[in-house]
Amino acid sequence: MRRRNKPAFAAGTAPLFAALGDGTRQRLVARLGGGGALSITRLTEGTDVTRQAVTKHLRVMEDAGLVRGTRQGREIVWQLEQQRLADARHYLDLISRQWDDALARLAKHVEG
Amino acid sequence: MNTDSIQKKVVLRAPLEKVWRALSDSKEYGAWFGMKFDAPFVPGAHLRGFLAPSVIDPQQHPYIGTPIDITIEEVKPMTKLSMRWHPFALDPKVDYSAEPTTLVVYTLEPMKEGVALTVTESGFDSIPLKRRAEAFEAHDEGWTEQVRRVGEYLAPSK
Repeated sequence: MRRRNKPAFAAGTAPLFAALGDGTRQRLVARLGGGGALSITRLTEGTDVTRQAVTKHLRVMEDAGLVRGTRQGREIVWQLEQQRLADARHYLDLISRQWDDALARLAKHVEG
Repeated sequence: MNTDSIQKKVVLRAPLEKVWRALSDSKEYGAWFGMKFDAPFVPGAHLRGFLAPSVIDPQQHPYIGTPIDITIEEVKPMTKLSMRWHPFALDPKVDYSAEPTTLVVYTLEPMKEGVALTVTESGFDSIPLKRRAEAFEAHDEGWTEQVRRVGEYLAPSK
């Protein structure tokens, strides 16, 4: 059974975004985190970042699997890949459980 | 919350020499970890291991035969073993070689009851989010498969 939690774009997810290592991208994620798809125009509103720069950042994030761009009429609208983010958050839990299993096998191996 | 590393500590009730051998001898390591190696663990060595049934838990995963490339970094007898690998590099169609690795460090400390073993795996922050998501999905499918197998074992079809 697949566990599917609704991602909360709160403080707990900050380290994931930090992995992107860029303030502009983090602000884009925060803006997109409000839900729904936004155009470049909406994403640059009230910032001094150029459309070109935002587009470049969005492409990088798209490559990382963090956002998805969809053509809507004459422009592209961007949204967060919410599922992928939720999965990424479970990643360390998963590795952690695998280490628990591996060390339990090691213990049996050396103590047995 | 730290997203870059995982640390595990365990006390093994066994002599230091025995624990060290289980870690540093590639054949013994493979036996409990569930991997098959045909070369020894020496500093700087690039080894290709293949996931294999562990002698402890023969049914551990559906990825038997998957190649795993590791690089041995440090081998300090009775004290420390470290290696690099690509976490969850399970898709045979993907070439992971150019992607970032994580560092796995085993450290041993003798104590009265046996040996305190600490394992630290670090570097997850450089693993692309895409790979992390794939890992989760791969594992999920793995578990579904295992549950199915257990079901078959308990109620074999006639």
